Amino acid sequence: MPDEVLPDEALFTAVMNPASRADPYPLYARLRERPVARQHDGSYVVSTHAAIRALLFDPRLSSEDLPPFKRPPTGNPIRDWILNPIRSRIATAHRPLIFRDPPDHDSLRAAVMREFTIPRVQGLRPRIAREVDALLDACRGRGRVCLVEDLSYPLPVSVICELLGVPESDEPRFQSWATQLATALEPDARHDVETRRRTVAAFDAISDYMRGLIREKRRRPVGDMLSGLATLRPNGLKPMSDFDLIATAILLLVAGHETTVNLITNAMLALLRHPKELERLRADPERAPRLIEEVLRYEPPVHFRTRKALGAITLAGETIPKGAPIILLFAAANRDPARFDDPDRFDPDRPDIEHFGFGGGLHYCVGAPLARIEAEIALVALSRRLVAPRLMQDPPPYRPGASLRGPEQLAIGIDGIA
Amino acid sequence: MTPEPAGIVVVGASLAGLRGAEALRRGGYDGPLTLVGAEPHRPYDRPPLSKHVLAGALEADATRLPELTSLRARWRLGSAAVALDRAARTVRLADGSVLAYDKLLVATGAQARPWPAETGGDLAGIHTLRGRDDARTLRTALVAGPRHVLIVGAGLIGCEAASCLRDLGLPVTLADPHPAPLANSFGTFVGGVIAGCLRDAGAVFRPGTQVKAFEGDAAGRVVRARLADGSALEADLVIAALGAVRATGWLRRADLMADPGGLTCDAACRARAADGTACPDIYAAGDVARWPIPLYEGRLVCVEHWGNAVEQASHAARNMLAGPGDQRPYTHLPAFWSSQFGINIKLVGLTAGADSVAVVQGSRASRRFLAVYGQAGRSIAALSFDQARWLPAYAGAILAGAAFPPILDATDQPRIERADPGFSPSRASASAPRPVEVFHA
Repeated sequence: MPDEVLPDEALFTAVMNPASRADPYPLYARLRERPVARQHDGSYVVSTHAAIRALLFDPRLSSEDLPPFKRPPTGNPIRDWILNPIRSRIATAHRPLIFRDPPDHDSLRAAVMREFTIPRVQGLRPRIAREVDALLDACRGRGRVCLVEDLSYPLPVSVICELLGVPESDEPRFQSWATQLATALEPDARHDVETRRRTVAAFDAISDYMRGLIREKRRRPVGDMLSGLATLRPNGLKPMSDFDLIATAILLLVAGHETTVNLITNAMLALLRHPKELERLRADPERAPRLIEEVLRYEPPVHFRTRKALGAITLAGETIPKGAPIILLFAAANRDPARFDDPDRFDPDRPDIEHFGFGGGLHYCVGAPLARIEAEIALVALSRRLVAPRLMQDPPPYRPGASLRGPEQLAIGIDGIA
Repeated sequence: MTPEPAGIVVVGASLAGLRGAEALRRGGYDGPLTLVGAEPHRPYDRPPLSKHVLAGALEADATRLPELTSLRARWRLGSAAVALDRAARTVRLADGSVLAYDKLLVATGAQARPWPAETGGDLAGIHTLRGRDDARTLRTALVAGPRHVLIVGAGLIGCEAASCLRDLGLPVTLADPHPAPLANSFGTFVGGVIAGCLRDAGAVFRPGTQVKAFEGDAAGRVVRARLADGSALEADLVIAALGAVRATGWLRRADLMADPGGLTCDAACRARAADGTACPDIYAAGDVARWPIPLYEGRLVCVEHWGNAVEQASHAARNMLAGPGDQRPYTHLPAFWSSQFGINIKLVGLTAGADSVAVVQGSRASRRFLAVYGQAGRSIAALSFDQARWLPAYAGAILAGAAFPPILDATDQPRIERADPGFSPSRASASAPRPVEVFHA
């Protein structure tokens, strides 16, 4: 269906359509015409910078993925358990902090932040640089680099494994689990019975794996993050439950697998489409940080996340009713002309770059500093070591995800590896 | 030959004076600009003084404020303004010099209310904490290892100092006439949370305690405080945290509406003459300015907070450069923060006049909560303990005059119960200026 005849209420369905993956931005521009746009399934897409900013700090915005109470909660946990057995069972199952609200979210996040420290992340720089060099060395003698499988995917995986303390030799086992769990983050995943079944199976498998690993870390803690989380005794707080620990470990592992890959690939794609910028980076590696920030604005690794309205929220002339799903379309806000001059232009030198590339509010990406460092080191190495790089296919094929959006493959023709 | 224009004189070289001067330059003012400061220092930041500087984490001298715009100003530091002659349009300084002005910005701020000399205020070992030199002196005294520190006044400065001193491992007693700390700012309902923090930190809080006088030894050093009930508290170091008096002494004979409670302004930040008319050439901003706040029915307030100093000074500067027909009213939602006992505390709005309070997110027991104050069914202020991320939503509700409580169905929302905020009934009179006059010296 041509865009211009699409009704406003069907725009997000069109975004979900794989045919829109390579260039969803014209749809986003239409969505921004109504900052809060009701869709035919009753969800609300929020797409302007100002509206998303306001919502991120609205206390009625919830990330809880729990079904509603069948009967009103009494405040007494035992009574609630009896009155709402199914909900209560889900509430105590493995749910990572991206699906939790305060106050539980806050204590889980605080525990992660105690381990995910800037010195620990900065300390990984030499390790990341070595890994990048080794991955590029392996491409010697070839006329092309397949960026996703040669670098963008294996780099963050090996880094997150090292950080968490997951043996990299086990990686082939959980690669497919991670991919399956990332699929579950897409809004259409729940409708499909087969997807749900496979997600549950992947979740069970990865949970069993993590349970074993955590048991080992408890017995013999080493210097990694999982050991830290498993043996954490926060001041006056109770230690993390096994449920929470497993959910947190899985979250970090999946996030390490499925997001930074897009950042690196999107950045290289943008550079190959703007060869002057690639040339400037090669001449001046100090440009890398601002370049990465512009990629996070221009082609963010995560395009949207969903939330729920705990109460009616009036915003930009629209009232989102209690209980309605809300889609925060970060990638559209990043191109909001009301916020950014000439937003569709890739310009690392823009002075104003306050993007939602890592989300925002209380669920702002905990891995942001790590992702920035990985992308920075990878891009500088790519700009210096790929000889005469050129894009083989434009647009490249995309992975199916509309939220975790990025190329499936990025074939780059080269004359050699320097 | 036309005489050289006198230009703009800014009296007061702290946050409001500096930001006001910068706003004048940013607004296109190109004429002569003079900044007068009583202290010899270039403008510095005060919030760290009662926190990082006392704790020894920051040198007092490292608090200098960044100068964000090229000022091209004449600095007259270390010589206070002592008199204003409105007819001649001159300001006289303590060193005898006289500065002419075309327009004047009064930003002299406030000073720590001193302990009266006749009841022991001049004994060695009694400190106030307002300026950089105060902080340096007090820090030196703390490092010397006092045996009993007594803080008089459990307001923001008193509580921040108590928190810092306990972190340093010093024995601290905090005495206040109210039943709870921070009772004037937040009421006892919330103040009780800070009482718990003080207890957990190992400080002794003495509610309902009136200090009458300090007594010294033969060398003139403070040794004890005499209380209203006749008993005594040992103390070899005292911090008198009694609030502030506005530095208006130099305006005494200027025929303005000025007293230790502030310099009264109109809605456009113009100083009012004693007869009530607004002076077209004298503006005021920051702690010293007493202005009608539109959000709270035009009640006259001094908002002694960092954000107001910045915003009001910029606003006054804008009006100083605008024509008489383009004087815009100053609208501002007051806000301040404090950090103590590891908690980030933030308030938006004014709690004065609140008849109810409710915890709307979190809980007092966890010391992470958001409380909203209401007056006659309307939300007038919101207070965060470690929950500042939600404040913008509540600030929006207060600006919109939302009903109390303003936001329902929030995350981590308990059953909302209205409570008595616990402000002392004499609060209005307690906050009125006492007849202690302090001059801008």
